[in-house]
Amino acid sequence: MSTNAKDLRNPLKRARGLGSAQSGVSHWWIQRVTAVGLVILGLWLVLLVLGLVHSDYATARAAVAKPWNAVLLVAFLITAFWHAVLGLQVVIEDYVHTRWKEIVLLVAIKFLAVLSVLAGTLAVLRIALGA
Amino acid sequence: MADTQRPVSPHLQIYKWQVQMMTSILHRATGIALAVGILMIVWGILSLAAGEDAFNQFKICMGSPLGIILLIGWSWSLFYHLCNGIRHLIQDTGAGYAIPQFVRSSWMSVIGSIVLTLLVWAYVLTAGGAA
Repeated sequence: MSTNAKDLRNPLKRARGLGSAQSGVSHWWIQRVTAVGLVILGLWLVLLVLGLVHSDYATARAAVAKPWNAVLLVAFLITAFWHAVLGLQVVIEDYVHTRWKEIVLLVAIKFLAVLSVLAGTLAVLRIALGA
Repeated sequence: MADTQRPVSPHLQIYKWQVQMMTSILHRATGIALAVGILMIVWGILSLAAGEDAFNQFKICMGSPLGIILLIGWSWSLFYHLCNGIRHLIQDTGAGYAIPQFVRSSWMSVIGSIVLTLLVWAYVLTAGGAA
């Protein structure tokens, strides 16, 4: 954060709520919100997979094609990858002490997560829309 | 530093192992494992959309000895991270911080995750047909 001599605001005003991470509690909070979502979506996914565990291709495809299952599966993908990126970010920040390696890893996991969510969502849509 | 009178932090190897240390480390380790495991879920969805041959190949990989070992590991990781995650969410409200409660909830996470994993695999093995 740059300090501007013309800025009449007290430095405390700019810092308040942001803390040393410069982003406030948003990381912590989103980690919790996605965690609550994943408790529900994770249990649902376990039940869905267990119901399909010995079924053939057509049955599995038909199950994923059901609107509710398709919606929840996409919701699971977004929530799980978001949660994973936040968690891995902390692990990388804790253990990778070479700055450029840290940055490369932090960006790489975000790219990988976004690509995975997009690919997974497209696949679910293709199944759900019968393509 | 040599003449300091205050207690110094002991070396890691003379720490007495406590269940709370294990649950904390396992939460992070299973989180990393699940971040890899979710890529397997995406692979499953992609193969389901790609067609029967691709999906059968996915099923063969998952049914192989290595696949089964990974699935057992991932399923336990999921249930451990789920149980301990709920424990952390409860602790985020400020509850359960007395040491006996903390130790008890740690054991509940560990034992709960093992019980859930055994239940799931008992279902998979008894619900007809081989994987």
